[in-house]
Amino acid sequence: MLPTSRTFEANARAGLANPILQRALALMQSGFPERRRLAVGRLPEFEALREIGKSIKNHTLEHLDFYLELFEGKVLASGGQVHWARTPDEARAAVLQICRSVDAKIVTKGKPMIAEEVGLNECLEENGITPVETDLGEYIIQLRHEPPSHLIAPAIHLMKEQVAATFRADHRALDPERSLAEARQLCDEARAVLRPRFLAADVGITGANFLVAETGSSIIVTNEGNGDLTQTLPRVHIVITSLEKLVPTLEDAATLLRLLARSATGQEFSSYTTVSTGPRRPGDRDGPEQYHVVLLDNGRSTLLGGEFQEMLRCIRCSACMNHCPVYAAVGGHAYGWVYSGPMGAVLTPSLIGIADARHLPNASTFCGQCENVCPVKIPLPKMMRHWREREFSQKLNPPMYRAGLSLWVWVAKRPALYHALVGLASRALGRLGRGRGRFRTLPLASGWTVVRDLPAPEGRSFHSLWVQRRKGETRK
Amino acid sequence: MSGEAREEILARIRRSLTRGRLSAARETELRELVAAHRRNLIPARAAALDDPDRVSLFVAMAEEVQTTVARVNSPAAVPEAVARYLAAENLPANLVLAPDPSLDDLPWGARPLLRIRRGRAEERDAVSLTPCFGAIAETGTLMLISGAGTPTALNFLPDTHIVLVYADQVVATYEDGWDRLRAAGAMPRTINLITGPSRTGDIEQRIELGAHGPRRLHIVLVDDRQKAGDGEDK
Amino acid sequence: MRVALFVTCLVDFFRPTVGLAAVHLLEKAGCTVEVPRAQTCCGQPAYNSGDRAGAKGIAVQMIDAFEGYDYVVAPSGSCAGMLGRHYPELFTDNPAVLPRAEELAARSWELVSFLVDVCGMQTVAARWQREVTYHDACSGLRELGVKDQPRRLLASVDGLRLREMSGAEVCCGFGGTFCVKYPDISDKMVSDKEADIAATGAEAVLAGDLGCLLNIAGKLHRHNRRIEVRHVAEVLAGMTEEAPPIGAPQ
Repeated sequence: MLPTSRTFEANARAGLANPILQRALALMQSGFPERRRLAVGRLPEFEALREIGKSIKNHTLEHLDFYLELFEGKVLASGGQVHWARTPDEARAAVLQICRSVDAKIVTKGKPMIAEEVGLNECLEENGITPVETDLGEYIIQLRHEPPSHLIAPAIHLMKEQVAATFRADHRALDPERSLAEARQLCDEARAVLRPRFLAADVGITGANFLVAETGSSIIVTNEGNGDLTQTLPRVHIVITSLEKLVPTLEDAATLLRLLARSATGQEFSSYTTVSTGPRRPGDRDGPEQYHVVLLDNGRSTLLGGEFQEMLRCIRCSACMNHCPVYAAVGGHAYGWVYSGPMGAVLTPSLIGIADARHLPNASTFCGQCENVCPVKIPLPKMMRHWREREFSQKLNPPMYRAGLSLWVWVAKRPALYHALVGLASRALGRLGRGRGRFRTLPLASGWTVVRDLPAPEGRSFHSLWVQRRKGETRK
Repeated sequence: MSGEAREEILARIRRSLTRGRLSAARETELRELVAAHRRNLIPARAAALDDPDRVSLFVAMAEEVQTTVARVNSPAAVPEAVARYLAAENLPANLVLAPDPSLDDLPWGARPLLRIRRGRAEERDAVSLTPCFGAIAETGTLMLISGAGTPTALNFLPDTHIVLVYADQVVATYEDGWDRLRAAGAMPRTINLITGPSRTGDIEQRIELGAHGPRRLHIVLVDDRQKAGDGEDK
Repeated sequence: MRVALFVTCLVDFFRPTVGLAAVHLLEKAGCTVEVPRAQTCCGQPAYNSGDRAGAKGIAVQMIDAFEGYDYVVAPSGSCAGMLGRHYPELFTDNPAVLPRAEELAARSWELVSFLVDVCGMQTVAARWQREVTYHDACSGLRELGVKDQPRRLLASVDGLRLREMSGAEVCCGFGGTFCVKYPDISDKMVSDKEADIAATGAEAVLAGDLGCLLNIAGKLHRHNRRIEVRHVAEVLAGMTEEAPPIGAPQ
């Protein structure tokens, strides 16, 4: 998938002008945050758990080489294989080679985000293998050839009428008389179409919410059960995931699981949390014969030790985007790549480069709500600011903006000049705006006045009034 | 390729962390830390409860997520409870039973109308019945593990999944579940933590049950494993 | 208590009445108020635009300007948050300045929380016959924990009734330079805020940060809404007669 983050502004305008998207986003804004609030309210230990979740992840990252080796050893001991991939190319090649080794025709997928990151579907299709997304939302957008717009609800940008139209266009066997007016009917239709694909698949690919070093296990969390059918029925189970998903023990996983569902959907626990360790055992009557873990780096190892290390704590719950007023205004597609919202604004520049993604960390008011709800306390605004610093030092901002900023800093460092200029400007603008009390348009302020009036200054700067008052007092 | 990638990734990590490989002593320390299975903060919600209250919490939490629960006094009452559930839900009396010895001793013969197959799940199976490894009160979560007698697809393919739970299997927390698992031996291929039936909110955030997995999750909870006779439903 | 007022650049330029109201309230609380002339702006526009060097230059000057006072108080959660939370962050790599930045941070307060939490102010002697709603500005709320303090003091204003809006804690879309860099997104956010304000039926909307207030007032006026917009300090100081509402004719 080619990123369109460069055209964020145009993407955002398109999102704002899309009435269906706006209806869908309004639903999201009233849904997820309220459910999270209720779930968090029911667990008095939630705040303490956030702090512990953060320290578990920090500890793991500080010793990531150790835990990766421990994990790998346990996977091998349980009969599985680990494929290390430095780049998306290597990850795709590893998956492709496994698929070819079993002559795979159909591959079911349980919404692995890393597969989106490396563009796996395109690669499989080019090689004559049919990837089938099985998460309902992901399946819908696969039919529509769209990228996901949300971490856990990939089709959150759609309303049910669009889903119905999508199914009618693609499901040839569907009786045109059959109603698809309700969500229930749409779910049943998808279930009926996908069931035979689950059974026909040669390979099942899932992601991992966590990797457990202690046991060499991968953990997936789903509500639909699609991930379990994906990884249980085919002969081969591939876990495509990234380095930072590691946690030391099952106990640590339990702590993070307590945070995950509550932060994501406001559930106490998701319907299915599945711990997988190796391939099927002697005597087992089902389960995959092969278990592969494809471990992607894609630059994560270089984020360690630097100002973005904390981003690697992310457990992909989506709370930051669910609570982000900017995401709620423009939707996930505006961000132009796999990851959206505040976590995407920090992660995407590190994966596709700040030159292409420079708008993302800028399109934030730093309202702080993302950090406030993050289950592992990632300082997202601070890291967006770090990206802005990179952007500034690489001179990527528009020249006019840079010039204006430099001039302003220069003046602000000269208090006498600053006060004189502010006093003059305040007086001039105040006189000009006194009649109406505000401006509808003003030269050099169109960015402001294009959407709102600019209140006029009262006419005297505070400092000039204060000087006057002091003089009055000394005269008395 | 993978070997070279492995070495480079590990080297990059160490370079970023501005250190070499950890010392042998530090690695031993970390291994010991892992082996200690140290628990983090445990929510008080379930940990502080005695046996009956823990079971009640399990039931309450399970019912909150649309799991249905029938409580019976003794193992002997299970077949009847199953038959009654299927009738009440208008479901066929065809049942695929996990081929696990723990289900052998139940008096299935007393309900001759139940047509029972033992084995793994097939496409046509509408109702499955499985034992469980444990149950977690904290969130009303079932803990099922894969094994020769408990194939995993039984938990996902049929439209209706019935799970047999004994009250003494109900533990407080996930960590208690891990401890039981470790006491039982090696890690199974699959641990399924199941909390309610399959669901999705992917269409307009409306929760619909039965997305891909079971639409119905029903628990038959046996209060007393030892009790003989076909005790009445509570 | 010797208190330095950090006026903030927006109050200085647009709304000196807020500064005078702050002085009045601080003096009522028993403080000796001074306004160091060497202050300009907290440097947040540079800091949030990635110009770390520029922000540091301004910060050093501010640290000097506010040296020696018992407290530094600003009628803005955003600017107080810059001093209180971000100045130390700017100098983590500069051991010569860091202790002074931390020391200033520890003395820096947002006005209303200072009045309540430090001065122990419980009530004010003000009167304003209005139904009002209150917008929680982001930095004050999430960086400094300003939430109950303004409500507690407003409750003592004679004649005033508070009607909470839904989404009071949601950002209004100001965000400093954000509102001019991404006017369309900012527009959507402030329009949502406008709708939440209007839904309360309140006659006035108050907040503790002038940036948000200019944004909200600008939007309300663009749609010719007759809802007064004022900084909370003006109301608490009983100075609503001294200046027309924000954006209204004199």
